[in-house]
Amino acid sequence: MEKTYEEINEKIRKGKAVVLTAEQVSEMARTMSPKEILNKVDVVTTATFGAMCSSGAILNFGHATPPIRMERIELNGVPVSGGLAAVDTFVGATDCNPQRPDYGGAHIIQELIDGKSVVLEAWAKGTDCYPRTHIKTNVSLETMNEAILSNPRNAYQNYNVAVNSSDRIRYTYMGTLLPNFKNASYSSAGELSPLLNDPECRTIGLGTRIFLAGAQGYVTYNGTQFNTSKPVNKFGVPMGGSRTIAVAGEMREMNSRFLRGAYFEKYGVTMYVGIGVPIPVLDEDMAARVSIRNEQIETYIEDYGDDFKLIGTTNYAALRSGEIEFAGHKIHTAPLSSLARAREIADILKGWIERGEFQLTAPVRPMPANRSIKSLEENL
Amino acid sequence: MEKRIVLNFPPESTQKPVIYDIVKKFDVVTNILKANVKGDQGGRMIVELVADAKRIKEAVKYIESCGIEVSTLGSKITWNGDLCTDCGTCTSSCLSGALTIQAPDWKLKFNPDKCVACKLCLKACPLHLFSMDVFG
Repeated sequence: MEKTYEEINEKIRKGKAVVLTAEQVSEMARTMSPKEILNKVDVVTTATFGAMCSSGAILNFGHATPPIRMERIELNGVPVSGGLAAVDTFVGATDCNPQRPDYGGAHIIQELIDGKSVVLEAWAKGTDCYPRTHIKTNVSLETMNEAILSNPRNAYQNYNVAVNSSDRIRYTYMGTLLPNFKNASYSSAGELSPLLNDPECRTIGLGTRIFLAGAQGYVTYNGTQFNTSKPVNKFGVPMGGSRTIAVAGEMREMNSRFLRGAYFEKYGVTMYVGIGVPIPVLDEDMAARVSIRNEQIETYIEDYGDDFKLIGTTNYAALRSGEIEFAGHKIHTAPLSSLARAREIADILKGWIERGEFQLTAPVRPMPANRSIKSLEENL
Repeated sequence: MEKRIVLNFPPESTQKPVIYDIVKKFDVVTNILKANVKGDQGGRMIVELVADAKRIKEAVKYIESCGIEVSTLGSKITWNGDLCTDCGTCTSSCLSGALTIQAPDWKLKFNPDKCVACKLCLKACPLHLFSMDVFG
């Protein structure tokens, strides 16, 4: 038996679709075959709530009288892009003013979602059609035309575990790494993680409707650094960071419970983003994919104290136990992404689908099949 | 049981050998985790006490009778739990085990009795939800 998107959506419209979270279906898979799961379950909800630096917002402020072609723009003192026509900008999550490194674009995006005003200041040379050279005023989501969260790279498929073999603390985007293997940090939501439940992106593609920071958003493209070339373990899981998604959604519908400006010590500003992706159980293969369990999700241990060397492998069941053993060390493990909040997102998305408020979308175009990533060569 | 307490010494109480006294009088194992006490100015000390609950209670009562204010370490720490997202990043650098996150609910738990005021959590929390005024 196979199911189509249309058949599943028909069940959703009638309120008859069977929807489970990825954790629930992984538990069910201990005693049920993929065939039985296919017969029983229509949709599996996956989710993650983690730090995603490659995020940002497209804003349109509207034109003032007289108008200005904004060339240098600051929001609450944080420089943002002046390279988009006259009154558009892109606020990058990691944008910040070097004078105040712990506050930046991500915090501005959160404050706007919270309904707060921020101070817009812009400068221009003045032209015949845009005579003004300076403006300073308060703006909020209410005063703007568009406010679209637009993230180029989110929801990394798997990610390495970070440790530090050196004798000094390393402050990284994987948190504070203590010397001599005193701790290890991991960032994926494991068996609940979106791209680990559809590792080849059979159902996640351009146009896939998702939960994005409390709103219904969309996968808009393959994310940057999209990579299909990593080794795959015997359970079909790519090892280390592989596929990614670009996403977009309406900021006015978002809730800062699922989007937070954050700062990693001596690293910089980043943004926690909550994403939920529904996976349709179309056939036995998808039923097997969504059945993946933490002990089957392996990843590399990377030494951030020694040139990011890959020094071993572990799995998410071990990481979640609070301690991993490596080369004679017992290493205390800690997550960077919130499993509690990811579960909340998976439950909300489940509710939306069960109540018929959210229907599934077949990809308008699939994700790329053969991609590796290039490094930056210095050639001057 | 073990209990970590903060002793706040006023200037006039710095001459009393309270740590010696509680070891001798109440048979309490003491471990001074941090101390900054000056004879003419007073100061603070963080001490771990190991004994049964009754002896710890008596020891604390004795310390207070010497004019030294006693508080639990947690009372010096502010954790803005309402804004916490339970990401768990802080637990990575909390080697004393005061901050924990684990199955089944994966919600952050803070046990002030285990805190040694190392202050690593202040920097480790990506949302800056911890603040502390010990020895401030």
